[in-house]
Amino acid sequence: MDLSALILADSRFPGGGHVHSGGLEEVVSRKLVTSVRDLPGFLSGRLRTAGFLAAVFAAASAHAAARSVSGGHWTRLDLELDARTPSLAQRAASRAQGRGTARAGRIAWPSPVLDSLLAETPRPHHPIVLGALAGVAGGSPYDAAMAAAYLSVSGPASAAVRLLGLDPFAVNAVVARLDLRSVCTDAAAVAGDDPAALPSPGSPALDLFAEAHARHHQEEVRLFAS
Amino acid sequence: MPAEHGHGHFHEVSFDPTASEPDHYDAAPTAGRAYRIGIGGPVGSGKTALTAALCRALGDEIRLAVVTNDIYTTEDADFLRRAGVLDPERIEAVQTGACPHTAIRDDITANLDAVERLEEKFPGLDLVIIESGGDNLTAVFSRGLADSQIFVVDVAGGDKVPRKGGPGVTTADLLVINKIDLAHLVGADMDVMTSDAHRMRGSLPVITQSLVDTPDAPAVADWVRSLL
Repeated sequence: MDLSALILADSRFPGGGHVHSGGLEEVVSRKLVTSVRDLPGFLSGRLRTAGFLAAVFAAASAHAAARSVSGGHWTRLDLELDARTPSLAQRAASRAQGRGTARAGRIAWPSPVLDSLLAETPRPHHPIVLGALAGVAGGSPYDAAMAAAYLSVSGPASAAVRLLGLDPFAVNAVVARLDLRSVCTDAAAVAGDDPAALPSPGSPALDLFAEAHARHHQEEVRLFAS
Repeated sequence: MPAEHGHGHFHEVSFDPTASEPDHYDAAPTAGRAYRIGIGGPVGSGKTALTAALCRALGDEIRLAVVTNDIYTTEDADFLRRAGVLDPERIEAVQTGACPHTAIRDDITANLDAVERLEEKFPGLDLVIIESGGDNLTAVFSRGLADSQIFVVDVAGGDKVPRKGGPGVTTADLLVINKIDLAHLVGADMDVMTSDAHRMRGSLPVITQSLVDTPDAPAVADWVRSLL
């Protein structure tokens, strides 16, 4: 795996990821996740839906960056991912993390490819800028997919430790047992497809939780931005 | 790189602590953006009250906005809004994912986004105050987020706090010892507290104050004016 993908997947990467729980805070407040026993179901569900979608677009974006695409390709990827993210709150969370990742990534891996991505889409979705950075730095579509898929579960896992005080060793073991490899192999296999033809996995429950989280935040208070 | 230095040859790297050379890092962009002051310190030490006092003292003379990072609630932002010291539009609250020191030090993205939102909304801001959520004595602001930082402790938190040190007490550009009106009630020895603070901080400034006695924090406001 390329160093760029390891850096992008690291929870210490300063791209703003630590304030997002990927819906975990909402399911904790609804008592749908109360212990380590509930985590494998939540995380593998998230990995196969939101995580797979992120992996697909990160892989496609790494593929595009390696070919230095032009002619509106970044806008098309952005629109296609937007269309596959029905929750407004999730779109906002993705663009917030995309902007933070771009801010950090521009300094780490400056490149005309990244400049053209940001010229076309100044507030890109997170998986797209993640994939582009990995691609610019020499990472493969599979590497980019791994970083995106891992982040889709590592953020919620860490939020579970913070919100429920779970045993960090047990939570870490849950993450270690997730099957990222098959998700990322599938994502990398379609990296060169036309953006409109990319897969469109969805999780209506995660979409609704994201909306509920944003709504609750107006009334009481949430610790995480999503 | 220091040039020839007396014994007939050049060193690739100088280990001479007195040698100086131009900083080879890019300057932090300062033109066209507001000056940023971070206010940090333990829970309940009076960070929000100091922020409100600075808004009262400086709000009429400079263009000011506030970012607040409460650990738990939007209570700080609500307190400032209710206090009526600043147009609510000029206050941004950020969520820190239950980790206030991460948001001001290790990953400053959420705070930078909030500062930039304020700068876009109010072009020509002179000063943005970033108030940290209450944290421990090791919490400091990243220099990528704050140009200067104030660390606030209070006498009710114990007169041994300055002696304990930690980066907040020892490295902040200004240490404020708050609530000195309570010193006699909690048995805090102000002489010990201030002399410990000076001993830990060398030449860095220390201000003692009570916002009950001086609600507009005049000494801290003067310190802020001196930076702008």
